[in-house]
Amino acid sequence: MGAIETFSLEKHYRVGFWHNRLKHALKPLTLTVEQGEVFGYLGPNGAGKTTTLRLLMGLVFPSAGSARILGRPLDDPWMKSQIGFLPEQPYFYDYLTPKELLGYYAALSGVPARDRGRRIDSVLSRVGLADAVNVQLRKFSKGMLQRVGIAQAIVHDPRLLFLDEPMSGLDPIGRREVRDLIQELNAEGKTIFFSTHILSDAETLCHRVAVLNKGELRGVGVVADLARQVSGQVEITYEGTAALHSLADNAHVSGNIARVVVADRELDRSLDLIRTSGARLISVTPVQASLEDYFLQKLEAHSASEVAR
Amino acid sequence: MMHRIGAIAFNTFREAVRDRVLYNLVIFAILIVGSSLLVGQISIGVERLVLINLGLTAISLFGIVIAIFIGIQLVSKEIEKRTLYTVLAARPVRRWEFIVGKLLGLIGTLAVNAGLMAIGFFAALLYMTHRFQAADLHLLSALYLIVLQFVLITALALFFSTFTTPLMSAVFAFALFVIGTFAEDLRAFAVMAGGIGKYIATGLAYLVPNFAALNVISQVAHSVPVPGQLVFWNTVYVLVYAAAVTSAAVLIFERRNLK
Repeated sequence: MGAIETFSLEKHYRVGFWHNRLKHALKPLTLTVEQGEVFGYLGPNGAGKTTTLRLLMGLVFPSAGSARILGRPLDDPWMKSQIGFLPEQPYFYDYLTPKELLGYYAALSGVPARDRGRRIDSVLSRVGLADAVNVQLRKFSKGMLQRVGIAQAIVHDPRLLFLDEPMSGLDPIGRREVRDLIQELNAEGKTIFFSTHILSDAETLCHRVAVLNKGELRGVGVVADLARQVSGQVEITYEGTAALHSLADNAHVSGNIARVVVADRELDRSLDLIRTSGARLISVTPVQASLEDYFLQKLEAHSASEVAR
Repeated sequence: MMHRIGAIAFNTFREAVRDRVLYNLVIFAILIVGSSLLVGQISIGVERLVLINLGLTAISLFGIVIAIFIGIQLVSKEIEKRTLYTVLAARPVRRWEFIVGKLLGLIGTLAVNAGLMAIGFFAALLYMTHRFQAADLHLLSALYLIVLQFVLITALALFFSTFTTPLMSAVFAFALFVIGTFAEDLRAFAVMAGGIGKYIATGLAYLVPNFAALNVISQVAHSVPVPGQLVFWNTVYVLVYAAAVTSAAVLIFERRNLK
């Protein structure tokens, strides 16, 4: 059983004055997130990430298709007590202190009254808010509110966490702390599903990622595998002159030494050219593709196909 | 279930208190003290009548205004500020529990507010008349019926706020309060109408909330007792009416996409 399973989950809205045009916020999405993994949900702004999360959270209702979380339907109360959710740019009752806020949420989540105080203290110190427990939230900075957001998502010790842009609004140190926290929570056995448009976060944290664009799933898999799918390139360094420029994406010449990047398939021809022109080969290094390359390739492929249409 | 509704209700109460809603008590206090001093000087013999009319009307109106202005925001503010997400999304809270919790929280706030005002009012009455009379007990019935008014108007404000803007909700709720104040007249008018108009007018007259029946202020001001039966049937009426309106609010809210 997957932690999250969606079956052709779809959401569209009727827009326009007469409500006669359909706007697809999410095209049929079939996806499985396994228990225990950190799953990154990637896409540019407006790709449909937040829509997916709101569907899974039961805040908006699907136009078609269905989904299950921990094997249960989306409105199952037991399942709801086993998940935590950090919304995008969270906003809380600003007349409360973090302690009161978490007390309220813990009560709603069914944490027994005798355990609440202890849980709240430990969660607040875990997100670095131990010094601000009795300050009203209206005095909090954006970064501190983000921490409160994470605290409320884990106060009831859920098995599965949904985080919508968990690093947004945080400074570099805060981002690092949240990254570490996500890893710790995962090490405790929690499944984590988080959306982001910051690829380096996904690359360091995720076991698997899905790439979404314009409401459509563009690819899903293990980060390293996805990066490998990007057509490979090699960097060739040599001394002397050779007419490689026609084959190379970019060439950099300093003094007598030239450095060019060519596609894998052009490697043999390039080496032949170097040899025949009497230049001396210094090195050939494969260029590592990153998740970003994969991501951009997927996005560009989509825009290209749209232009072709 | 009950503890979740209780937690939501308590939080609603706490929000009202921290948003300084109870500051209206200061204005009420000034009004009551000022008027009891003034009334004593200008209206010899009818001070008690004037003070009761003024005090109970103020308690009722203050509560109605607060009920409408907070009631229309109970749900819309949580949606707009997105505080609702962290309550409904990943917690075992049903949408109806949220609505009922919010409703009870505001009714509780209004009851506490009315209770504090009532203490001030009785203090002013004691100051003016020097001792309580048996007829003053009727004032408690009048106060109870005022709280029933709050239940009704809060349910209505909450109902409107589940599907329209706060401004429109306020207009609708206030309009219904005004029309409901004349509910008895509407019913009398319906009897006089003829043809099909009679049925339509009767239907409408019975559909609007009957705030008139919940207002016994002038009666108790003249020391006329409030029949127990009236209190009982008014209670049943308000509970049934509020439950129906709240069920409609829940039905709408259950289907709403919370974008």
